[in-house]
Parts: sequence; C-alpha cells; structure tokens
Amino acid sequence: MTKKDILGYLNINTSLYQTRISTKFENRKTYKPADPKVILSFIPGTVFDINIKPGQIVKKGEILMILDAMKMKNKLKANMDGKVKSIAVKLGDKVSKGTVLLELE
Amino acid sequence: MPLNKKIKELQEKRVKVLLGGGEQAIEKQKAMGKRTARERITSLLDENSFNEYDMFVEHDARDFDMDKKSLPSDGVIIGSGTIYGAPVAIFAQDFTVAGGSLGLMHSRKITKIMDHALKMRMPLIGINDSGGARIQEGVNSLAGYGEIFFRNTISSGVIPQISVILGPCAGGAVYSPALTDFVFVVDQISKMFITGPEVIKTVLGEEISMEDLGGARVHSEVTGNAHFFAMSEEECFDQIKKLITFIPWNNSQKARAFEPGEPKPEFDINKIVPADPTLPYDVKDVIRAIVDNSDFFEIMELYAKNLVIGFGRMGGRTTGFVANQPLEMAGVLDVDSSDKAARFIRYCDAFNIPIITLVDLPGYLPGVDQEHAGVIRHGAKVLYAYSEATVPKLTVILRKAYGGGYIAMSSRHLRADFVFAWPSAEIAVMGPEGAANIIFRKEIMSAADPDAMRKQKVEEYKAKFANPYVAASRGYVDAVIEPSETRKFLLHSIEVSENKDVPMPKKKHGLPPF
Repeated sequence: MTKKDILGYLNINTSLYQTRISTKFENRKTYKPADPKVILSFIPGTVFDINIKPGQIVKKGEILMILDAMKMKNKLKANMDGKVKSIAVKLGDKVSKGTVLLELE
Repeated sequence: MPLNKKIKELQEKRVKVLLGGGEQAIEKQKAMGKRTARERITSLLDENSFNEYDMFVEHDARDFDMDKKSLPSDGVIIGSGTIYGAPVAIFAQDFTVAGGSLGLMHSRKITKIMDHALKMRMPLIGINDSGGARIQEGVNSLAGYGEIFFRNTISSGVIPQISVILGPCAGGAVYSPALTDFVFVVDQISKMFITGPEVIKTVLGEEISMEDLGGARVHSEVTGNAHFFAMSEEECFDQIKKLITFIPWNNSQKARAFEPGEPKPEFDINKIVPADPTLPYDVKDVIRAIVDNSDFFEIMELYAKNLVIGFGRMGGRTTGFVANQPLEMAGVLDVDSSDKAARFIRYCDAFNIPIITLVDLPGYLPGVDQEHAGVIRHGAKVLYAYSEATVPKLTVILRKAYGGGYIAMSSRHLRADFVFAWPSAEIAVMGPEGAANIIFRKEIMSAADPDAMRKQKVEEYKAKFANPYVAASRGYVDAVIEPSETRKFLLHSIEVSENKDVPMPKKKHGLPPF
C-alpha cells in the first residue's frame, strides 16, 4: 500500500470525512503571531551595513541595517523604540526573506 | 540559369537550413532525450500536412560580432498543418540554433504565425525550447517578447492557444505559456521559472536543482502552471492530439461532434457512491458512468485533486465536467481548487462547451493558511465564472451540497439551466453535526447526557433537512432522479439547450477577482 492509498480523516464543521490528505495540507505552516521585537528580513539579500550594536538604544524609524537586494540598498528601520538585545547576522551574510536579523527589548 | 538549376539551388539551400544548428548540436539535443524542432512538428501534425514558412529568415543584428554569425531560420520554425484534419498554426523553437534564443527576427516569425492563426481563426500551438532572450540583441529581444504576450492576450478566447514546454523556458519567456489556454510539460525535459537556480544561489545561497525548482512535476502538482503532464514527448503529443479533438477551431464554432457511444457497463452508477456522506469514492468513476464510451479526458490531473475537471462527450458533443472529488481532501473547495475550476469554466464558456457540474462537497477548507492565502478572493472566482457563463449549465447534486459550497457549485441561483439531485443528496445550510450543535445548543448543554442529546438532535436534523426534497419543494432542484436516470436527463438537457441564448447587459468587460 503506497502513501496515496492511505485514507485519513478531515474535520469540516465538526463532521469527520474519510479521505486522502494532500501533502500540501500536511505541510501547511501552523500560524504563529508575529513578535514585534524580533526583526525579520523583509527581502532576500545580503547584509550590506549594520548601524547598531547590542545594548544600543534605538528610536522608531532609525535605520538599523542596510540589505543589498534586487540592485538596491534597502533600509531596515526600527518599528518601535527599544534597546538592541542581540544581532543574529554579520556583514556579508546572505539572508532569505523572513530570516531573524536582530532582536529588540 | 535554367529552371532545373534554380530548383536545385533551392533544394541545396533547404538542405543547409534544415540542418538547423548542425549535426553536433542535433546530437546534443538527442542526448538530452529531445527531438529537433522540425521532428516535433512533423510527429505532432498529420503526415505530410506541414507547410513551413519563413525558412530563410535570418537575423540582422550587428553588435557583438553578430554580423559574422549565421543562424538558420533564426532559431524558430513556423508554419501550419493539420491534426486529425483540423487546421493548426504552429511554431517550434530550435534549441540547436543559438540555444533557441529569441531575437527580433525570431520573434517576428512567431508573431507572424500568431497573426495568421488569429486572422484564419484556427488554433495555435507553440513549442517552447529556448535559453531565453538573445542578449546580443538587447532591447529588441524584449520588444519581441512583448509583441508575443500582446498577441496571446488579444487572441485569448478567440482561438485555442496551446503551449508545449519541451526544454527550458525561463525568465520573461514563461509569460507566453502562462497567457495561453493549456500548457503541456514532459518529465525531465520541461523547465520553467522566472529566476533560475543560479540566480537563487547567488542571491540567497539556496541550492535547488532545475527539476525541483521548475520541472514538469512541480508545475503539474504544486504551482498549477501546467495542465498536462507526460513521461515522454510522444505521450505529450498524443495528449495534444486528443485535446484538439475536444475543442472547436475558434470561439464562433462548436467542437466537432463524434459518433455517440454508451458508457461501459463496468462503471455501474448505482454502486459507486456510498450513502454515508462521510465515506469517499472516486468521482471520476461517476463521470465515466455518464459520458460516451466512458472516455473522460482529465485536465490538471495532479493539481488540486479535490476538484476534477476535464472533457467528455455526451451524445457525441464535447462537454466540460467540473466535479468535487470526495476521495481527495473530502472534496472541499479551497484556494487552488477554486482557481482551477474558475479558469476551466471560463474556458468552456469562451468556446461554446456545455458544463456539467457534479456536486458533493462539505464546504470550504477551514484554516489560517487558507484565509491568509485569500480563499475569499479565490473562492469568489468560482461564483463569478459560473454566473457569467452563458453556455448550457447542468448540475447534478450527488450527495452533500452544504452552505456556500452549494451556492458556488453551479446552483440554480447562479443560473444553472438544469439542476438534478439524486435521492442521496443533502442540500442544507451546513452538515448535520455542525447545524445541530448550533440550533440545539441549549438543549444539548442542559441535557443530563449531552452526548446522547447531541446524537438525537443530529438524527432529527438529518431526517428533516439532509435530503433533496426541501430544495426541490422550492424549485431550486428541477428533478430528483435515480442515479441510473442521470445520463438520460443530461442528454436531453444538452439537446434542448442547443440554441440557448441569454442576453447580458452591455459592458466593456467584467472585473473578475483575479
């Protein structure tokens, strides 16, 4: 019996239906609320410049890093006032979209 | 020069051009399991039906030493021929000539045959096998792509457009196939992507093979960019030929009618669908129990399998089928299946093909990922496509038709012409369990044994509402029929819909939620 022949159950409005479950459904991302203190890369690219150090106080709107991506120097700005807790990347790192760049506190 | 010498001169010129990029390049092409462009055309078309045009066209680029290079036929073959007697215009990129790269004259040849196809109102088949833009020709190459995309769009819904990906098709080039009606791919041969593995590696450091990024399987199973998947070029051509038999030459005609034939007895319509609405079955068997000769030609077989689409014939006439598939994901509607259904419904409507919808769905797939992926917007496409379609619309409700799913699946309210329901149909606002939990919440909560009370209330609801008769009493269902009467009712409905004419309000075009 291959995986395709195995029937599972899907709950739709409290009724259980016997059926095949797709790989796409099995691999779907479970939702996690975003943490505003964890700053993620909004674009895939290379870390071109880091303007801050751990422990530094930053104001909302301050430029934290510059990501070189899509032939542009993209500014990464602070989305809140806070203190830099940690920096997860170094100059020249290639980051994909959604990579953790730094954390504020 | 005497005429026979001139004829000989022509023959010699032809021999040179027919060799394309030369023997070495042809050997390389074969080593990849690929045929040459002209071989592909001749094996797809009826024997000796291909007339080639623009054989002697060459580029006139001068920069980067291009003036010293001769590119036979400029890397693309164009012409027309027939498939089972049906006229088709065709172009095939020749990878042996400069990697099938697209320069200005190459694109002019393609647009010439596209213009021809539109003017003559005949189907267009494009075989793509190209490394992409001819960089040496700069912006001229981009202009070429743009001219092709424009024609794809203008011809859309007027003549059938078929794209066959038999090699790389990367960068901007992918948008021509994406604008056409049907895309055919072959395992290990087809590669489609906007940015290739190398760019992704340099920018992101992510390593992925061409096959995993944009191979035939990925586009058939994951992205939904491809409609037909084959294991070899030969199988792919058989699929194209079969498709051509199902579709008309243009939007002012109907598909050719064939000799009708009864479904095969092994598909016993009384034995396919279990009475319990939570148990699965293969809805394709129901289709095979209804269509002529049990011959169902499925489209997008590997993508969003919870909804089945394809062509069959009813009394010899091409008919489009849209069916929920309880065997896969309980047959729910979701983002992908909505997209798949809507596009197919619009295809049928554009080309005068009646639509039969088989309904058995529990509703929409719940989940954060679905909501955030825009199931509202995508789901709306199905409502739009069915409402807008003026071809005959026939609906058979096999079992469940709950809530929004009932409305969406070609209901009377979206102007289905005929709605039939089997005695096993359950047309209700939601499934009995969900409905009983809401309506009888108080009774269940305050009962000494809530579980027993819930069970009792579910049964009460089932007895009263989980049937086709409430909808039939309102005229939302035209007839409750025995499964074995389905083909008879459908054949008659298609017959009496032959001259259906529905006036629509004047407008430039609607705004479907794409």
